Amino acid sequence: MITNKKPRSSDTDSIYMRDDRTEMSEDDDRSPSPNSITDDSSQTRTYTTGSGPGPGPGSSSVLEYLPPCPDQVLENVLENVLWFLTSRKDRNAASLVCRSWYRVEALTRSDLFIGNCYAVSPKRATSRFTRIRSVTLKGRPRFADFNLMPPNWGAHLAPWVSAMALTYPWLEKVHLKRMSVTDDDLALLAESFSGFKELVLVCCDGFGTSGLAIVASRCRQLKVLDLIESEVSDDDVDWISYFPDTGTCLESLIFDCVECPIDFDALERLVANSPSLKKLRLNRHVSMGQLHRLMVQAPRLTHLGTGSFSPSEDVAQGEQGPDYVSAFAACKSIVCLSGFREIIPDYLPAINPVCANLTSLNFSYANVSAEHLKPIISNCHKLQIFWVLDSICDEGLQAVAATCKELRELRVFPFEAREDIEGPVSEVGLQAVSEGCRKLQSILYFCQRMTNAAVVAMSKNCPDLVVFRLCIMGRHRPDHVTGEPMDEGFGAIVMNCKKLTRLAVSGLLTDRAFAYIGKYGKIVRTLSVAFAGDSDMGLKYVLEGCPRLQKLEIRDSPFGDAALLSGLHHYYNMRFLWMSACNLSNQGCQQIAQALPRLVVEVIKHEDNLDMDENVDTLYMYRSLEGPRDDVPRFVSIL
Amino acid sequence: MGGGAAYENDLNFKATELRLGLPGTGCTNEEQAVSGAKNNKRPLLETREERGSKGKSDPQHDDQETDPAPKARIVGWPPIRSYRKNSLQPKKAEAEAAAGMYVKVSMDGAPYLRKIDLKVYKGYPELLKALENMFKLTIGEYSEREGYKGSEYAPTYEDKEGDWMLVGDVPWDMFLTSCKKLRIMKGSEARGLGCGV
Repeated sequence: MITNKKPRSSDTDSIYMRDDRTEMSEDDDRSPSPNSITDDSSQTRTYTTGSGPGPGPGSSSVLEYLPPCPDQVLENVLENVLWFLTSRKDRNAASLVCRSWYRVEALTRSDLFIGNCYAVSPKRATSRFTRIRSVTLKGRPRFADFNLMPPNWGAHLAPWVSAMALTYPWLEKVHLKRMSVTDDDLALLAESFSGFKELVLVCCDGFGTSGLAIVASRCRQLKVLDLIESEVSDDDVDWISYFPDTGTCLESLIFDCVECPIDFDALERLVANSPSLKKLRLNRHVSMGQLHRLMVQAPRLTHLGTGSFSPSEDVAQGEQGPDYVSAFAACKSIVCLSGFREIIPDYLPAINPVCANLTSLNFSYANVSAEHLKPIISNCHKLQIFWVLDSICDEGLQAVAATCKELRELRVFPFEAREDIEGPVSEVGLQAVSEGCRKLQSILYFCQRMTNAAVVAMSKNCPDLVVFRLCIMGRHRPDHVTGEPMDEGFGAIVMNCKKLTRLAVSGLLTDRAFAYIGKYGKIVRTLSVAFAGDSDMGLKYVLEGCPRLQKLEIRDSPFGDAALLSGLHHYYNMRFLWMSACNLSNQGCQQIAQALPRLVVEVIKHEDNLDMDENVDTLYMYRSLEGPRDDVPRFVSIL
Repeated sequence: MGGGAAYENDLNFKATELRLGLPGTGCTNEEQAVSGAKNNKRPLLETREERGSKGKSDPQHDDQETDPAPKARIVGWPPIRSYRKNSLQPKKAEAEAAAGMYVKVSMDGAPYLRKIDLKVYKGYPELLKALENMFKLTIGEYSEREGYKGSEYAPTYEDKEGDWMLVGDVPWDMFLTSCKKLRIMKGSEARGLGCGV
């Protein structure tokens, strides 16, 4: 019988929860108790479990053998069982049962997920979890991607990599999103973890090709190097050539966001030396001719990013080029295609041989018309993920709807991201997609005009929707047919889509839209609001009505201090709240900071407005175990 | 990135500024708040006014949207990452990059070199500060006679004629036109350059 230790209720666990779409709602609604925020590091153990790397069912103490007493036998059993527990939610629940379960869970957790790098310190995390193999860290809030935050705000990897270098010698995987990573950090990473296997950098910056070179040359076990939408500075280092000549274990190499030219010969050698390579996404400096050579080397690729998809300039017009169709035909395993950065549409039919097998197609950098798209898309019966530019127009979307019955995720990006143009896609395209793609789960749709009717139709036709993000680019635009606000459309979405967890709203919206969200959006976790609402009531509806809300980002909306205060009961359950260009005052934010000591309340001033007036430009607040961070730049004050 | 991330600091640069430029070529350091972020200047005042008193949408609001003159852009709207925006017009982005003045910077003993855009700096103090931050060292104060005292490092550059000069010896504008690459020298070599130039 496990001894009846007092359960440690702790909201620390919610900080370690992943917000995977595939997992259920993540937060716990317990209000924090002051005693829970302490370390358990002083616990002593008389029974040392296997101290080597790797899970060891049955591995036992090597230093001292004491006849195990019943508690310890059970702890051993528990440890063996817990190794197989992978879901974060389950692990956090297990850790709350009692002290010994807390301890054993901490020993057996191998994946560490930190949704906000400032919610917990590296020291605290590495003290509690000592056997981590994989770390996921997220830094800046999403609105920072749109220049709403001055650079150098923070989210530095450095303190994390330093701490992990000391405590996780067996670290294999690092996955970062919106973090500032320097070349020195990459160097330390490469030096400290001899078994390092996977580096994934999403929307990161601060490093250059120098850092990549160090990773390439030092990490001999590297299987995955994925650079996704990150900013990589050109240090004039040919990083591709730093991979070992003798061969690599690379399975995935994604560098389509790297803007610097690469040495193609080095790349070709690398591909030839990497027999396990399955995923390769090239940057736009790779021409079609070069792509062809690589495809010939690597016909077993499953994921291909095609680079520029246009011939290099020194290919004469009309010259017989390589047989692209055959190259694609030979790659029988391709299921995911992307790239097409500088596409010459005439070459598009070359991909026909792989269309029937494609589950994911990314045309979001390809200025392709409906006419070019149709013959291609009509073969893509298995397509589940489709990213595209609005250059395909409503007509192109109708073609998608006609063929892609398995579509789960659609993203339609604007070719011209402006407010004052006619726009090639509209409610017509949205309606068509809703009728043709009944299994749709996630949509991101940029347009200039929309109607409530089409949005309502989607809410009824696509009951599996989990993510609905509609961006009507003209601010405050009403339904262009009826002239009414877009309240009813979004209301229908929250009402009818019972699985909806992520919502982004736009267009002309009154408080009524928010009333709907508060009333029906019971499992909404992420909400993005811009240029919407009439009064404080809008925000109040949401804060009072949405118990699962984790991430709330609002800009340019008329919500003030009173609305902010109405969320006091909920802020500890949220990962963060962002409000910029709203009606907040220093006083209001100060009240929040005083009421909730475990909340870090950052007021961010824009550089050209550093004088202290009462208006708050940007509020970014988040729960944290650590209090104010120590790397605050000049334009941030923590209340 | 161009390595131009000048970090915030509390030093009163104006007071300690080493002016080497020609008379009248000074500037305020406040303008150089965060280098490399020039394209982040936002028409913030605009957003406030457009928001109106309580953000109510009304006919006046809508009129602004039908304003035929190319609208000054609202920051971060529509919400598209700049990477994506730039990718769709790569020629433009390249042209902007070409307008910069990129030189390589190496440092004795450092494993890798950097590239910086000289155009981003308004004068020697900013450049030196950026170099200090980039390579995590102190360069010290320049003096015409003794070069860079108080540090074992000295920033040098190769000019058009292939000569290695000490950074700071010539007026800033002349430096901009003649500098081909930078090298942060260490130790005796640095001292050798300091005198007798």
